[in-house]
Amino acid sequence: MNMQTTNQPIGRMTVAETALVEAFGAQFGELPGNGAVAGTRDRLLDDLKKAGLPTRRIEAWHYTDLKTLLRTVPEAAPVSAIDPLAPLVEGSVVLSVLQGDADDGASADGIEIAHFKDKLADGSAVAGLTALDRDDAIGRINGSFVRDGFAISVPANAELEEPIELQVLHAGGQIHTRFPVSFGAASKATIIERHRSVTDDAALVSSISDIVLEDGAEITWIILQSQGAADTHLGQIRVKLGTNAKLKLFVVNAGGKLVRQELRIDVEGEGADLTLRGVNLLGGEGHTDVTLVLGHNVPHTNSTEIIRSVVFDRASGAFQGMIRVAPDAQKTDAKMACNTLLLSDNGEFSAKPELEIFADDVVCGHGATVADIDRNHLFYMMARGVPENKARAMLVHAFVAEIVEELEDEKLVEALEGVISAWLERHA
Amino acid sequence: MLEIKNLHARIAEDGTEIIRGLNLTVKPGEIAAIMGPNGSGKSTLSYILSGREDYEVTEGDILYNGESILELDPAERAAKGIFLAFQYPVEIPGVATMQFLKVAMNEQRKARGEAELTTPDFIRRVKDAAEKLKIDQAMLRRPLNVGFSGGEKKRAEILQMALLEPKLCVLDETDSGLDIDALKIVADGVNALKSPDRAVIVITHYQRLLDYIVPDSVHVLYKGQIIRSGDKALALELEENGYADIIEEAA
Repeated sequence: MNMQTTNQPIGRMTVAETALVEAFGAQFGELPGNGAVAGTRDRLLDDLKKAGLPTRRIEAWHYTDLKTLLRTVPEAAPVSAIDPLAPLVEGSVVLSVLQGDADDGASADGIEIAHFKDKLADGSAVAGLTALDRDDAIGRINGSFVRDGFAISVPANAELEEPIELQVLHAGGQIHTRFPVSFGAASKATIIERHRSVTDDAALVSSISDIVLEDGAEITWIILQSQGAADTHLGQIRVKLGTNAKLKLFVVNAGGKLVRQELRIDVEGEGADLTLRGVNLLGGEGHTDVTLVLGHNVPHTNSTEIIRSVVFDRASGAFQGMIRVAPDAQKTDAKMACNTLLLSDNGEFSAKPELEIFADDVVCGHGATVADIDRNHLFYMMARGVPENKARAMLVHAFVAEIVEELEDEKLVEALEGVISAWLERHA
Repeated sequence: MLEIKNLHARIAEDGTEIIRGLNLTVKPGEIAAIMGPNGSGKSTLSYILSGREDYEVTEGDILYNGESILELDPAERAAKGIFLAFQYPVEIPGVATMQFLKVAMNEQRKARGEAELTTPDFIRRVKDAAEKLKIDQAMLRRPLNVGFSGGEKKRAEILQMALLEPKLCVLDETDSGLDIDALKIVADGVNALKSPDRAVIVITHYQRLLDYIVPDSVHVLYKGQIIRSGDKALALELEENGYADIIEEAA
């Protein structure tokens, strides 16, 4: 069966919807999970079938009409041998998921690591296989198809010296992964969630990370998405922040044809602090959507969000940032900014900041800018002999590197700046 | 070295003519001062020499070593040895000063077909030049010009000039905003670059700078034309009497 050539829609379903349903049927009895998991998968797929892929008429998907944009779903590719890559940051503990299967040999000192497929098999993962709301297409797709990933538990008070890299590599096909990660009270760690394609073959990737920070945990979590030019990447991160927990969440998008990164974050403990930084490097014909839904649910919590995007070629991008401040979440301090360099007449970027504030004693603000490179900067650099292309590249790099430098960890900053430089060299 | 012939130029955006038939010749080794009242076109001339897109040359030509440079962009002109020290150096957040210096030096070398500098060689050159200009290493670790004081910015401009070793240096009101000590440091920096194959154009409002950078020729710019040329005595005369007499004479 070749799903890509299934051109006749069944009923009112699109080619991609049909392919998803057929892929589910084709994997009947083969997807890991006990009876409860199988039942949940059936229900999620059924909901997906009924609702269809979301269209622009659904508010949350207004800038990313998945029904139209996801034209086909690649055939499930046979498992091919993929070698893990060197980690982004030297010395990291690498936990790799290759073509959808978690590496058997993965281990790390001082933390508990389990294969997600085992959690499916014994049914303990079933509670997480949910859609967060009726528009949660990613929750449905991932819940229906997820095969593997890692469940990680960092014990209380643990301080991990080296980063953990979740290395999710594929060679095309359908890849659905899941990473429930809990950080015990007062633990400290850096996690790099790295998604990358090793071939030009198209892939449909869905990946959800369920992250819990217990009280006082201080965590840096980096998502580095560098999928191939034909790939669809549907990412979701579900976060709960406990009392005095601090999370630095960095999202770097540097690839993919159709990318949706959903950040669903609930600040649930007083004194918690969220730093969200996003860098979108958009080029070619790609479309990248970063959608944040952030709930400040208790009093005395802080967050800052800065998203910087550069748009080349015919690329398009969107940032939706929703901050909800609950009625009793007094003294919330939340600031959101979305800055875009639009470097092509055919490029496009939409920014939609939204604040829903039900408390009356809060400091909340948002701002958005869209601009071209500053001509004074460009002239100054050229007047010193830097050719225009090079000067532009340096200025674009500076625009996004400023955000990365906030990470402070020198090795991490250097590694991410390397990713940015390499991307700009290919696209600028 | 530099020959400006009947140059007419206007602001590209609104067509306002700023330079109206300017003639000027500067020989190798010469220090030429251009003086003039506000709005006479001094800064515009410096921008046109360095190739800023905001201005359009409508008539005349600029010859540099006998060749027209009108078709060259700012980077190409810089690689040929033309350097503009900005009146208001631009702050560029996110671009590290050292990285910028290295790229600028190596890009110019590349454009001239020379080998790139090795990192130790580069660092040694910067250190030596910075020391002479009393530039603190901490300043070099900051993003380009960001948070520099007025005086630091001007010194950083002269530092770049010393490192890039241009053949034609254009100093646009380098003295503005400098106290007397900073002025001396900057002037020493410029004088140190004096050589028989290098020319300097000093654009200034005031005679003061010319006490330290002694010009071979002085030219008065008014309404986009050179209305009077002379030697350094002309600068002293201007200091004494102002521009009114000369302007009246030329009218």
